[in-house]
Amino acid sequence: MSILDIIILLPLLGVLAIAFGAPARITALGVTGANLALGVIAWILFDPSKEGFQFVASRAVAKVPEISYAVGIDGLSLIMLLLSVIVSFCAIWMAPKVESREKLYFSSLLFISAGALGAFCSTDIFFFYAFHELALIPTFFMIGIWGSGEDRVNTAWKITIYLAVGSIILLAGLIAFQSQLSQGGMTFDLITLQQRAADGGIPAEAQGWIFLTLLIGFGILVSLFPFHSWAAPAYASAPAPTSMLHAGVLKKFGLYGLLRFTPMLPEGLETWRNLLLVLLIGNILFVGFVTLAQKHLDGLLGNSSVMHMGYVFLGIASWSASTGEPIGPTGAVLLMFGHGVSIALLFGLAGKLRESMGTLEMEKLGGLGKQIPIFSFLFGLAAFASAGLPGFANFSGEVLVFFGGFQGYQGEGFTNLQWATVLALWGVVISAVYMLRAYRNIFLGEQPDGFKATEDVVLMQRVPCTILVVSLLVIGFYPRLFSDLLTF
Amino acid sequence: MAWLLLILPLVTAAVTALVTRKNGSVSAYISVASVATTLVISVLMLLQGTKDGSSFTWIAAGDFKLNIGLTLDSLSRGMMLIVTFIGTLVHVFSLGYMKGDESKGRYFACLSLFMFSMTGIVLADNFAMMFIFWELVGVSSYLLIGHWFTRNAPVEAAKKAFLTNRIGDFGFMIGILMIWGMTGSIAFEEMKETASAAATAHSKMFGIAVLCLFCGAVGKSAMMPLHVWLPDAMEGPTPVSALIHAATMVAAGVFMLARVSFLLNLTEAAELIAWVGAITSLFAAVVATQQNDIKKVLAYSTLSQLGYMVMAAGLNSTDAAMFHLYTHAGFKALLFLGAGAVIYACHHEQDMWKMGGLSKKMPITFATFAIGTAALAAVPYVTSGFFSKEQILVAAYNGNKMMFFIAGLVAFLTPFYMMRMFTAVFFGKSRTKHAEHAKEVPGVMNVPLIILAAVSIVAGFPLLGKLVLGNHFAHADVPFEVLFVSVATMIVGGGLGFVLYRGKESEPLPIAFVRDKFYLDEIYIAIIRVFQDGVAYVSKALDHHVVDGITSRGSASTVNGLGSLFRRIQVGNLQAYAFLFGVGVILVVYLLVFA
Repeated sequence: MSILDIIILLPLLGVLAIAFGAPARITALGVTGANLALGVIAWILFDPSKEGFQFVASRAVAKVPEISYAVGIDGLSLIMLLLSVIVSFCAIWMAPKVESREKLYFSSLLFISAGALGAFCSTDIFFFYAFHELALIPTFFMIGIWGSGEDRVNTAWKITIYLAVGSIILLAGLIAFQSQLSQGGMTFDLITLQQRAADGGIPAEAQGWIFLTLLIGFGILVSLFPFHSWAAPAYASAPAPTSMLHAGVLKKFGLYGLLRFTPMLPEGLETWRNLLLVLLIGNILFVGFVTLAQKHLDGLLGNSSVMHMGYVFLGIASWSASTGEPIGPTGAVLLMFGHGVSIALLFGLAGKLRESMGTLEMEKLGGLGKQIPIFSFLFGLAAFASAGLPGFANFSGEVLVFFGGFQGYQGEGFTNLQWATVLALWGVVISAVYMLRAYRNIFLGEQPDGFKATEDVVLMQRVPCTILVVSLLVIGFYPRLFSDLLTF
Repeated sequence: MAWLLLILPLVTAAVTALVTRKNGSVSAYISVASVATTLVISVLMLLQGTKDGSSFTWIAAGDFKLNIGLTLDSLSRGMMLIVTFIGTLVHVFSLGYMKGDESKGRYFACLSLFMFSMTGIVLADNFAMMFIFWELVGVSSYLLIGHWFTRNAPVEAAKKAFLTNRIGDFGFMIGILMIWGMTGSIAFEEMKETASAAATAHSKMFGIAVLCLFCGAVGKSAMMPLHVWLPDAMEGPTPVSALIHAATMVAAGVFMLARVSFLLNLTEAAELIAWVGAITSLFAAVVATQQNDIKKVLAYSTLSQLGYMVMAAGLNSTDAAMFHLYTHAGFKALLFLGAGAVIYACHHEQDMWKMGGLSKKMPITFATFAIGTAALAAVPYVTSGFFSKEQILVAAYNGNKMMFFIAGLVAFLTPFYMMRMFTAVFFGKSRTKHAEHAKEVPGVMNVPLIILAAVSIVAGFPLLGKLVLGNHFAHADVPFEVLFVSVATMIVGGGLGFVLYRGKESEPLPIAFVRDKFYLDEIYIAIIRVFQDGVAYVSKALDHHVVDGITSRGSASTVNGLGSLFRRIQVGNLQAYAFLFGVGVILVVYLLVFA
């Protein structure tokens, strides 16, 4: 039994325990806390000098086609695993008081966590897909039952249908992918498929349309422009821990998938690179401007999260088998981690703010910095991290993505990739504008009259905030801790 | 030992921010001790001529690496001395100036963060590291300008400073990426070897790349058209204005140009850089003549002098630019701290027409301020400003006659506006109660003034200049025309300023157009309204009506249809989901069997 089995199983055991009457919040906190510890242990035990997957374990489920429950992690999945356990633990810790159906609430969160962990650790693409589906159902419940806003049921439907459609397109792509590599026996085993692909498996033309299918399928799950309109309303309406887990962790599934499959479809990326560049600039500039126009903090954070996905896509788009080093994808992974942690902290804090102030409309807030200094400090750190300030993990990712875009540039005119990089750099200005505007409107300046007093972050709540901030800073100060784990 | 220069202020910032935050005085003393130690280290390094640098890999992707590494050459050793020296004096001065401030701990923590960031820029041996600290300097400046964050004006100024700098950094990063592509490296030493080949192979793109790099300096050193943040930044505490917005951070742009002077030498685009500097220096000097807030006068004066330095750098005389940077750091810090003393004594009054007659009430401040004014006005032979401004004029004289004319005009305007302010503040009658009751500031604020006054006199002497900058500037080689212009403009400008403003109660020649900075701020605000906020508004509408309409409104109606269907047959949400899941499973089976 691999350590990964335990990590995936623990949240599910937690659900079971809650069903049999264990106190919901404590149990959830306990299992995610244990998972956090196990995640760190896995990181310590992981040997970066070894090629391929580690901690592998496998149990056959079906012979034809060959499906097995198989786990294993390489550097990429290890980083995603760490992201998942960190954010899961903090999301559950930061969950507000639950008035009704507490068991279902925490069980749902544990399901999301288990689904994400399972997807990241699976080396069998059937389970890779199925685990992600497992996490979708609870998201629907969370928004529909505990969400905020009049429209929450519609929002819950919208995200669920939207993502389900994305999943089905993805499924079609995955099946097409594996059927192209089925000579020598039909299998869903990722490692076998990787080998077959490396041996020249898929013809260029097939790579093209498989890649496109996967790009749209995964893209919908990551809110790739123009398939992003599910994201912002869902995050605005979902309870804070759900937004934290979904925007922070689950959404990274699509990007993780693209990073997994693109090396096996190099021709596919070449064929569709220009399309991808156009779409990701849609994410960065178009959604960036949409974010600027937001009047509510939750809408702003939701849209900013969509916008920042564009940079990860840029890292993937700059990938090229022919030129040099995997700078872009390495940056993409660091940025996925940084974004996941910082957006989780932002959503967590925004949730607290909504709880205590009753609104997230920025015009109605103001000058809170004096009143709740620690809260403001933490929010400021997360906002600056998200705006790509050096010292936080996000910057180390972004800067690599930009270098990736200019890899191989010799002094001639710009290629489309380089133009996209330049436009993406302007996006960095845009994100600074809306983040500083929001921070200024909510925390700085004079307080509006008739202001209701509110409480600062209580001692107990500082723990998860500190964990998130420290994660950002550690990887921000010394990103080699992660970049050395990655081999593409 | 050089690493200590970086580590010490970082640790100090962390400790004062997290551990001793509540106890302002302890934080203050820790910070002062830390910065004084870095000064000692800088002096030792300068005397020993320490050369060795070391580096470690910060991030790696395959064989691509970004390093954090130090470079110690005469440029960085000299700059380090300037930064830590002014830094130490400003820290000490702040002990007095910020004594009663309730957030003293936060103030000193931010000062230490600034020292950390600035040190990083100075010691960086490659562009990536420089960019990292470049951004961090921007943040510390943001935090310090917005120190009094419960008032609206400082907060807006802080935001404006950060965002304006971000615009400059947009170009800076593009420049770094292009230069990296063309020279194959981001380390300064390695670039030196490949740069000239790249410049010949792609001279046009190389020029563009250098101009993009220069954008970074335009933001940080507040050149036109991105100058608008610096005058507003005066909302921050005055010692901060002295350290960051006069002596060190705003000089980082010039320092960067000096660091990459070997790139500037390779392209004709450098002339454009010189023009930006020249125009900025003239524009700012003109605006300075009509400002009434003493800090605003000094701010525009700083812009003008930075323009001088950038012009010299663009004319491939980075040595002259660095020389002026070095003397300017001393006397401009002196002027700002002197202004701070005046403001402190007048109960935070900053309008020069509400002062007057302070010469007798604050004799030490008066005397030191007089020396600072003389240095900025470039009084011949006895002030440091004279020797360095002369080098700037020589650069312009040899480079471009039109620029020499502009530089001469600025040399005339500088003593003019300084004498105007000096006369209004220190001479005549006290025009308000606050000025009437002004008293000399305490010793902890006076001592830094005296030290800086001494520096403003001796810094220009060849021996000291050579020690700090490693360069010898021979006054004897200066052409007669330059000497004549330098001395004549100083006498005429200063004299005119004194005669015109002596004994005046208010501005005798108000020119609203100049006082309001040619309405550039208003124009910018209008541009932002139309382009940024307008585009944002339209995008939001498009997003809602078109994008969402096409991609999901269709499915939304499907959802509603499905929803009501399920409601009619009395099944809940779970079944609906199961249905979708079922569709997926059927698809799997179908494809598995038939594909």
